[in-house]
Amino acid sequence: MDLKPETLAEIEAAIPKYPEAQSAVMPLLHAIQQDQGYISNEAAEWVAEKLGIAPINVLSVVTFYPFFRQHKIGKRHIRVCRTLSCAMAGGAKVCDKMLSEFEAELNQVSPDGEVTVEFAECLASCGSAPVMLVDEDLHENLTVEKAKEICDKIKAEAKA
Amino acid sequence: MAIHPKEQRLVLKYADEPGYTPHIDSYLEHGGYDMLKKAVTMEPQAIIDEVKASTLRGRGGAGFPCGLKWSFVDRKSGKPIYLICNCDESEPGTFKDRQIVHKDPHQLIEGMMISCFANNVAKAFIYIREEMPYGAKILDQAILEAKEKGFVGDNVCGSGYSCDIVVHRGAAAYICGEETGLIESLEGKRANPRIKPPYFPAVLGLYNCPTIVNNVETLCNAVHILDMGAEGFKKIGRPNNAGTRIWCVSGGVQRPGYYEVGEMTLGELVYDICGGPLPGRTIKAIIPGGSSMKILKNGERYKGKNPDGSEYDWGLEDIPLDYDGIAAAGSMSGSGGMMVLDDTVSIPAALANLMAFYSHESCGQCTPCREGSLWLKKITSRMVHGEARPEDVDLMLDVAGQIAGRTICAFGFAVAWPVQSYIAKFEDEFREYAAHLSDPKADRQAIKELACNG
Repeated sequence: MDLKPETLAEIEAAIPKYPEAQSAVMPLLHAIQQDQGYISNEAAEWVAEKLGIAPINVLSVVTFYPFFRQHKIGKRHIRVCRTLSCAMAGGAKVCDKMLSEFEAELNQVSPDGEVTVEFAECLASCGSAPVMLVDEDLHENLTVEKAKEICDKIKAEAKA
Repeated sequence: MAIHPKEQRLVLKYADEPGYTPHIDSYLEHGGYDMLKKAVTMEPQAIIDEVKASTLRGRGGAGFPCGLKWSFVDRKSGKPIYLICNCDESEPGTFKDRQIVHKDPHQLIEGMMISCFANNVAKAFIYIREEMPYGAKILDQAILEAKEKGFVGDNVCGSGYSCDIVVHRGAAAYICGEETGLIESLEGKRANPRIKPPYFPAVLGLYNCPTIVNNVETLCNAVHILDMGAEGFKKIGRPNNAGTRIWCVSGGVQRPGYYEVGEMTLGELVYDICGGPLPGRTIKAIIPGGSSMKILKNGERYKGKNPDGSEYDWGLEDIPLDYDGIAAAGSMSGSGGMMVLDDTVSIPAALANLMAFYSHESCGQCTPCREGSLWLKKITSRMVHGEARPEDVDLMLDVAGQIAGRTICAFGFAVAWPVQSYIAKFEDEFREYAAHLSDPKADRQAIKELACNG
């Protein structure tokens, strides 16, 4: 496993926080996903060995939780909330705009490799619906026009 | 967010004050950690007694009395006792944890430390949902600050008591909000809920040790109970519904948002505070406490007897905005996430949206839930796509009835209640869709967008 030194440091710091090593599975997977963009089978096996548990115990966690992924995504990760409050406020139109701007298919890396657009289940900001996460940044009270502005910004940052 | 004059804020008292920040200095300037300093001079049992006397009910969903929950903890096993703050609010419609964590994290930490001291806990966890990535960072920072000042860690406030708090990030699974699913997740496994009875977390929880799982808002209230005393706390709200509650309002109102109130009616919240429906629209129905709660239809009358024998006859707007008031109207206040559906909303499409959610979030452990939720998603989906069959409405009721009460955790009810209550209250709409009696009034594209279920 070729992990960045800061990722390794984060992993070493996480394990002793828990009375039992297996509890550190999720913190380790978060750290590796942040480092590598996804959780490969090799990474899952590495985590298993690090914590002294069976690889299947790690894989069962990776496959259960929606925010862990086993495949690469675009450079930017766009997650549009699709749940009821956001849907009532026009979340679907916002998602369509993000897809059309990047000529992307839902859940697929865009042809230019810049983004992956997905629907997410409730992002817990229903009062400012519709909302989406761009990487870790929450964007609220979206409209199609605001979505276009965010797309333009992402495109400009990609060129910079 | 501006504070409405009809609000009565305790937990969110300072959160929206101009200049107030999540940093410890702001909290200390407002008397922060004074109650922890007081707590460590008290007998732990006295704190538990005070919380019990306050009648504080859990703010996560079930509304179980907090002090009673604490009193169930097995203190004789010799095993460590753990406390977990459930910051995995994933119920659509609810977003109160976000406000507390982002704006006043130290209040939560103080509430946790008071609760930990009272229950002889040496290690506590905050399980925070991954949809709030900055929230986890804010909490990590706040814990560091609190450690530097001696409020967390070794020798808390010079009392000799030590307790650490660990922030644990989830990964977007709704079922982690269920306390035993959360415990499984914290143990590094799939969040499959545990069957109870016989073993409740208070006896066998995290690592098979006695464990308390409390909601964010509940733990914050520990600070205010110590500050006001149980009697002072009980003066807010109605009997058996003590204290304030944070209500999250979304959907078809003019001023959606979060509001902390004492005793109040549903109508005052929706019409006076939230401004009522958008111009030119009317309220069709309200989901009172998060998307799994039974829907309340505008225009219905709710009749029954009060505990004193007197009778009530409420319209939607008259329902007391608390645990017992909403229960008397046939639903639950749940996690306080109120969703308002106006007359533009297709009820079958709204249900299709929620069934997509619940089928996605079923942990898969119990067959009725795993298979049934997906089945309901498929039926509601074909309904909004104009491909329903005449028997579909009855089939939905049958499937929902096969899920409710037949699963390890309450998720089965969360799937079934919307189906059962939406059909009970809006059967005509479902029958129209199923029989293709009329093309639904709203255009098909809008219906598909609301369902948003692929």
